[in-house]
Amino acid sequence: MPDNPNPGQQLPETTALEVRHLTKFFGRRPREALERLTQGAGRDEVASLGTAAVIDADFDVRRGEIFVVMGLSGSGKSTLIRMLNGLVEPTDGTVTVMGEQITDVAPKRLRAVRRRRVSMVFQHFALLPHRTVRENAAYGLEIQGVPLAERRARADRILDRVGLGGWGDKMPAELSGGMQQRVGLARALASDTDILLMDEAFSALDPLIRREMQEQLVELQQELGKTIVFITHDLNEAMFLGDRIAVMRDGRIVQLGTAEEILTDPADDYVAQFVQDVDRARVLTAGNVMEAPRAVVTASAGPRAALRSMRDLQTSMVFVVGNGRRLLGVAHDRDVLRLVQRGERDLAGVISDDHPVVGVDEHLSELFGSAVESQLPLAVVDDQGRLLGAVPRVTLLAALGNVPTDTAEQAIIATPATIPVDVITATLHRTAAAEAAAADATPAPAAGERSPA
Amino acid sequence: MNDFRLPLGELAESVIEVVTDVFGGFFAVVRAIFAGLYDAVDLLLSAPPFGVIIAVFAALAFFLRGWKLAVGTVLGLLVIVGVDQWENAMDTLALVLVASAIAIAVAVPIGILAARSDTASKIIRPILDFMQTMPAFVYLIPALILFRVGVVPGIVATIVFAMAPGVRLTELGIRGVDKEVVEAGHAFGSSPSRILRQIQLPLAMPSIMAGVNQVIMLSLSMVVIAGMVGAGGLGGQVVQSLTRIDVGLGFEAGLSVVILAIILDRLTGALGGLRGRRAKRVRRADAAGRAPQQTPPATGPTSGPAAAPAANEAGPVASVAQ
Repeated sequence: MPDNPNPGQQLPETTALEVRHLTKFFGRRPREALERLTQGAGRDEVASLGTAAVIDADFDVRRGEIFVVMGLSGSGKSTLIRMLNGLVEPTDGTVTVMGEQITDVAPKRLRAVRRRRVSMVFQHFALLPHRTVRENAAYGLEIQGVPLAERRARADRILDRVGLGGWGDKMPAELSGGMQQRVGLARALASDTDILLMDEAFSALDPLIRREMQEQLVELQQELGKTIVFITHDLNEAMFLGDRIAVMRDGRIVQLGTAEEILTDPADDYVAQFVQDVDRARVLTAGNVMEAPRAVVTASAGPRAALRSMRDLQTSMVFVVGNGRRLLGVAHDRDVLRLVQRGERDLAGVISDDHPVVGVDEHLSELFGSAVESQLPLAVVDDQGRLLGAVPRVTLLAALGNVPTDTAEQAIIATPATIPVDVITATLHRTAAAEAAAADATPAPAAGERSPA
Repeated sequence: MNDFRLPLGELAESVIEVVTDVFGGFFAVVRAIFAGLYDAVDLLLSAPPFGVIIAVFAALAFFLRGWKLAVGTVLGLLVIVGVDQWENAMDTLALVLVASAIAIAVAVPIGILAARSDTASKIIRPILDFMQTMPAFVYLIPALILFRVGVVPGIVATIVFAMAPGVRLTELGIRGVDKEVVEAGHAFGSSPSRILRQIQLPLAMPSIMAGVNQVIMLSLSMVVIAGMVGAGGLGGQVVQSLTRIDVGLGFEAGLSVVILAIILDRLTGALGGLRGRRAKRVRRADAAGRAPQQTPPATGPTSGPAAAPAANEAGPVASVAQ
């Protein structure tokens, strides 16, 4: 698979699930079909023998990631997820859960793995209708043999966590669909397994509730650090949730990569067709589309360096950064020109912070507001406030339309200069003599000044 | 053309002959057990004065269904007393209860087996068809040979005839349990026997109880036939009235059978509905909860408890929405 050419070299501690050459064939002569499938035959070619639900799936799921398997109905994703906890026995291939192989093992071993390692959330909730919400949430613990009082307490805690505090004594039928699935999620979380399998878990919910559940899932995942394998037919959901996404078609995984990789570099026409309809603004982040910031000066370089940089790049502003590229603000050409004319050597006076700053992980949909308010490029910073890049408005538009931007076209990307080049050059030239005469500590930039004439 | 004849009858005859020879001891034991069970139940029903038995049935009816059935039960049983068929009715009841209990005890496990294995299901189905459609009189012949005249061949014939719906409805009920719920049991590491106990049987219970009800009804329909082999009871009375062309006796005994049948049907029907009733209560509370503002205080005793979860519901939903 594209992401992992050397599975053997990966540290076992980082891998939650290891899937090797997994194939499931429903039919009378699985051996014969298997042989033809391994020779590269497609699903259609073995259709006379039966159904090849999953063909040669091969991937690793890393600990703590949300791994999404995306495909239309009939693509084999449901069968695939059921092989990950042994509900469906594979025709060929192996599955290893947290270092323990679960294919070709005794039922008892398999049950032990399911109790401790892998829990599951179902599309239609699959709650026990004759038990209360609390008993449902505690079901996994009951199977694990946790004493009654403790499992009740733990179930209540998890129910609280998913927003169902105080609902423990209700019957599932008394709850709305969204709330029932919260119980399903609570049941899986209460078991405290390393891995969570979610089979179209939000597909039966209405769109508003679905969005809410997706956000809650991401939040819970960040908090609890679970490894999640999520099955969906909804590409937007896949893109929103998935750290990595496997796209399935006709039983085969046709592409495996991050949302951005699939969006910007689809493996084939099928995937390309698929991603056409994706809401790119909700998938791509500032970090995905940002340009390298060209007009950047360090605060200590002084006004002359800033002005020169703006002249060379024909832009009206520069980003000013401090130690370790921490963004301090922007400086505009008119203000810097004035400083230079006055012979001042400190930029601090003209650094303004009226420009938009966005986090590197923010989705494009969150950038529009800032982009509307200011015509300056959006400064992209990381958690520590370090400048990573810039997103000019044009880049934002281009990213939505999936149009390649040519970063060499400076005039389009940056804000155009407001002061003619020759004015700046003249000013720099005129003040250069005074600078040198002052015998300051930074003669070097002055030496570099040359008249364009 | 008429020279050739399938010797099926002779075959059946010789099979029974061999069975009698080889398993004679076994059938003697079975006979003793069935007879013992029957005597015990019959004693339990016949020994106390009829008032006590009627009171017990009325109480059962009241708890399972309500006062209407309790009143109906008392009136019906008093009619039986009034036509002087009480003892016969209790004999019949004992036969029905013993036969039904054994039939259910055999039918439910077979139904479970059929539900779990397609092969078993395929083998069992034609056997059930055979048992159910073969005229009931036919069972009496080998039953008579194997168990001799008396109440036991009646019980055996009744069991064979009445068992089929118990098997079928158990299988149907278990197969009808939501696949995903069973899968959830597996996914959380539950063992198959635990899934059967905790998920499949409880969820199949309404269907299984419908099977129990059917078994009892079919058992009752067999009492007349059982009466022909000396099982006594109401069936014996009907047979007697037939031989004497006694319309009065026939009517009285027949009416008693009908009364017993109705009471047993309503009681066992209520047994299956116990869980259903809880679900119904839940749905009612739910309906009230969905529209709390439409619940006027004057809707009666249910509005109190129903309004409480309604208020409760608004809380978490609001907090979740944030």
